[in-house]
Amino acid sequence: MKRLLTMTVATLALGGAAASAQTVGFSQIGSESGWRAAETTLTQQQAEERGIDLRFSDAQQRQENQIAAIRSFIAQGVDAILLAPVVATGWDSVLEEAQEAEIPVVLLDRMVDSDPSLYLTAVGSDLVHEGEVAGQWLVDTVAGEDCRVVELQGTTGSSPAIDRANGFRAAIEGHDNIEIVRSQTGNFTRTEGKEVMESFLQAENGGADICALYAHNDDMAIGAIQAIEEAGLAPGSDILVVSIDAVPDIFLAMSEGKANATVELTPNMAGPAFDALDAYWNDGTMPPNFIQTESRLYTQSDDPMAEYEARRDLGY
Amino acid sequence: MLLTITELSKSFPGTRALDGVDFDLAAGEVHALLGENGAGKSTLIKCLTGAYQRDAGEILLDGQPIHPRSTSEAQELGIGTVYQEVNLLPNLSVAQNLTFGREPMRFGMTRGRAMRAEARETLKDYGLDIDVGRDLGSYSVAVQQIVAIARAVQLSGKVLILDEPTASLDAEEVRMIFDVVRALRDRGLGIIFVSHFLDQVFELTDRLTVLRNGRRIATERTAGINRMQLIEHMLGHELEEVEKKARRSAPGVPSDRPEMLRFAGLGRRGEVEPFDLTVRVGEVIGLAGLLGSGRTESAELMFGAKTAQTGGASDADGTVAIDNPRNAIAAGFGFAPEDRKTEGIVADLSVRENIVLALQASRGWARPIPRAEQNRLADMFIARLDIRTSDAEKAVGDLSGGNQQKVVLARWLAMNPRFLILDEPTRGIDVGAHAEILRLIQEITAEGMSIVVISSELEELIAVSDRVIVVRDRRHVAELTGSDIESETIVLWIAAPDAQDGRAA
Amino acid sequence: MMSRTLRRIAPQLVTLAVLAALISVVFPGFLEISVSDGRLVGPVIDILKRGATVALLAIGMTLVIATRGIDLSVGATIAITGAVAAWSISNGLGLAGALSLAIAVGLVAGLWNGVLVAIIGIQPIVATLILMTAGRGVAQLITEGRILTFSHDGLAFLGSGDVLGIPVPALLWPVTGIAVALLMRRTALGLLIEAIGINRRASALAGINARLLLIAVYMTSGLCAALAGIITAADIRGADANNAGLWLELDAILAVVIGGNSLMGGRFSVAASLFGAMIIQTIDTGILLAGFPSEYNLVIKAALVVAILVLQSPRLASTWIYWGMRLRNRRAADAARIREAGE
Repeated sequence: MKRLLTMTVATLALGGAAASAQTVGFSQIGSESGWRAAETTLTQQQAEERGIDLRFSDAQQRQENQIAAIRSFIAQGVDAILLAPVVATGWDSVLEEAQEAEIPVVLLDRMVDSDPSLYLTAVGSDLVHEGEVAGQWLVDTVAGEDCRVVELQGTTGSSPAIDRANGFRAAIEGHDNIEIVRSQTGNFTRTEGKEVMESFLQAENGGADICALYAHNDDMAIGAIQAIEEAGLAPGSDILVVSIDAVPDIFLAMSEGKANATVELTPNMAGPAFDALDAYWNDGTMPPNFIQTESRLYTQSDDPMAEYEARRDLGY
Repeated sequence: MLLTITELSKSFPGTRALDGVDFDLAAGEVHALLGENGAGKSTLIKCLTGAYQRDAGEILLDGQPIHPRSTSEAQELGIGTVYQEVNLLPNLSVAQNLTFGREPMRFGMTRGRAMRAEARETLKDYGLDIDVGRDLGSYSVAVQQIVAIARAVQLSGKVLILDEPTASLDAEEVRMIFDVVRALRDRGLGIIFVSHFLDQVFELTDRLTVLRNGRRIATERTAGINRMQLIEHMLGHELEEVEKKARRSAPGVPSDRPEMLRFAGLGRRGEVEPFDLTVRVGEVIGLAGLLGSGRTESAELMFGAKTAQTGGASDADGTVAIDNPRNAIAAGFGFAPEDRKTEGIVADLSVRENIVLALQASRGWARPIPRAEQNRLADMFIARLDIRTSDAEKAVGDLSGGNQQKVVLARWLAMNPRFLILDEPTRGIDVGAHAEILRLIQEITAEGMSIVVISSELEELIAVSDRVIVVRDRRHVAELTGSDIESETIVLWIAAPDAQDGRAA
Repeated sequence: MMSRTLRRIAPQLVTLAVLAALISVVFPGFLEISVSDGRLVGPVIDILKRGATVALLAIGMTLVIATRGIDLSVGATIAITGAVAAWSISNGLGLAGALSLAIAVGLVAGLWNGVLVAIIGIQPIVATLILMTAGRGVAQLITEGRILTFSHDGLAFLGSGDVLGIPVPALLWPVTGIAVALLMRRTALGLLIEAIGINRRASALAGINARLLLIAVYMTSGLCAALAGIITAADIRGADANNAGLWLELDAILAVVIGGNSLMGGRFSVAASLFGAMIIQTIDTGILLAGFPSEYNLVIKAALVVAILVLQSPRLASTWIYWGMRLRNRRAADAARIREAGE
């Protein structure tokens, strides 16, 4: 009921002003990884393209900074707030304040534990689905032939590591020709990806018994590719390489034939968010509670060099 | 008697810290325990508080023999101790500190109000009316000291040991503590008061006992002794006649010898007032004075261990830099410090490594002393100084105090210095090693080396010195030569300003 | 001399042998070494190569710990120097330029720590904590928050190349270790460092320039971290400011401890610390080869480290020896006293 009221008021207040420049506040977690830097860059690009005045705030990994930023956005009377929350809990009161000020909030990339009525929508990827896409690619590629797979997992216990492992397993389920023979954590880093891959190669007859590598992120795959090369094998042909994220460097490897496929975790969360906001501002269209971004599969046939060029300046 | 100690003995490897000491304490008495560093005061107290186990002797409390094995056991028996450094918890409230370990409880919870009321009541007896809810650390040291006393009395209640309780207090605060101590005496406690402030001893105590070298020298009524007699007891002179005979056959005629070094106006605020000192070739200069008089500080300034704020040193070739030990060593100085364990030896290194350390440091890291040369030096000094060790590779920390001291001496002799400063070279070492070190001092000065010796033992100073400088209240107050080097004159200078009264009495 | 060194590192050698036997049970080919494309290949070679970073850090850490200090900043220094090397090579400074710049930065990091400890007098754990926390930020500034990749065969050679079939990192740490050990024992540096570690005040009074030595020791640690940073970046052909050297300072400290060196300073053995580093890497590689689920990695590692420390326990052993000697001395002293009393 309250939500309906908010919506109506917002429509009345803003409906006519949709054509003029909107102001959106964006509270970003920080810049802890290349992916997040790219997310920030893309959000700014998207805002510029749409003529939106973006107010950016870097929280440096602290929730209190984010809460302060949101309060400041409310005080400035922005038209909407984008929030990439650093933790899942503790957002209720500040989200209620935004609601009382009739400012819609869109969550990017991560979820919160608050009631869905407190925010307009959330944009994010489905980690399990990403693993499924990678697994499906392998199923299609080996086409029934026997394949022994080694897996480089993310940081033990982290949700991307768990979900991407489960998704992959779900996709290869029922395809008895594909078997995961070794699975170890590479902590999402290049160095450990390389080190663990070296041990896989040692353990699997110098790599001769390995048909494919599944890495939970591209960085580990890039480290592993170096280990495979140094072992005298050809990554991409002797051992198939599939990973997740679609960072620029994996496209470089793909263009050289050393990696086969990657599943994109798009840093463009802002695009769908702005689309939903535009619709909402224009005629009060309520978006669904969760907008899932596309987990697109890229292979060597997708002009990897062009993809690399398109991404290299995003701050990865 | 409340407390009676008879024939108490305690030994550590190489030293006999307490040697058949008798001591007694009556209820309603303040009894001073006096002596220089290493005299045995702290060992005696630690035997009483259970920190040490005595080797021999008997301790009777209220006529019953006791054997405290820990401080808490001593407290239960009735013996409480307050140290110079308050060992309570500054970040707890005064009330919590007072009741710590026996807080009033109800239903398993401490009762804050009852605790504070009790604490206020307790402190009223000590003339303190303060907010007991505030942190102890927010009060002055004197108040903390009184709280510590109150706690010790509550826990123990028969014997109170005050170990240098006034060392960091000003005059007004000292008076506060004294009032508390007198009140406790009047309540019937026996109080042992350890201090090196003689004025306070005379003001507060009823009797005093002097220890020297682990032996009891005297127990007297405080009113029946004067300052000079007391200092004589502490520094000793009974052996004077014997020692005089043993004195160097040709007591130096210092002015005849060529001058080697001249310190002019050397001083540092809060350490020692500017002083002049001329050192002649082959001369032994004794520095006499009580603990804390500025004698060690004088040595530290001469060696650059502390940088002098004023003055400097010079020799025939001009200025000598002594702003840090390395420069002083380069100028041919050596320094064997008072606290051998923390400033002298490097315990885990071997005898050989300790002996070559200064020589190696002065050569620089890039020119290591060949191992054969190191072995030669080590063997030579082990033989020459009669260092008792199984071999040169033994860790110095495993040696006895006297042998450690010899290793430190060897370290400097290996440098072949021209000027050596020895701060309490014989402290805490056994009689045999004691005599050897004195013999060594005479031997090396015969080779032309000059030495400054600091010692609390007057007969030792008298035996070895060509000249004696008396240090009092951080000033060099007298220079004694020839026949003036005898204990009565030295004690007179040390005991001033009221030395004249002492003589008259 | 030789036999003394051997006796010093005997516990570490025994530990390595036992570990090798244990791993051979779960992974039979553990000790096999083969030649492929003119390179030596095998788990042992991997250990020698992968253990290089911790081994290099352990060299500097041994000296720092000998002075009764600790250097928590080495992990961050790896990140900084790796970033500097990658940045310089991609900005055309050439191999010599990149290496000297990275090493210079490592030395400056050590100088900073040394000045804080020796001159300003901050406790080593606090002083080096500053760079530990701030250093990674500096590295991120250099890499602009991403993985700074480069393609330069000369630099990559240091990480993944080989000389006479042996990986370059597997050669670098023994060479550095032997050089430092010789420098310590053929000059008087070892003795002087031990002296200031045991008793800095007494050493200063004996004329040792403790400040200068402390600064030099922290700079050596910075230099070792720079070498480790260079091979870390060279290995993956990129500088990852977020992850390079992360927590490796703790592995380095562990290596020194497993090497039987006391955290209280004093006597040290660089060789023993290097074997300590190899023990840690043998455990890591062994766990990977054994193929246990990754959830067990840290538990197995912790259990093995605890077992090693308890069993070889050099401190425990020396405590026994110490008490034995005390007892003997005391008996001798008692006997002497009884004799004296008798006379």
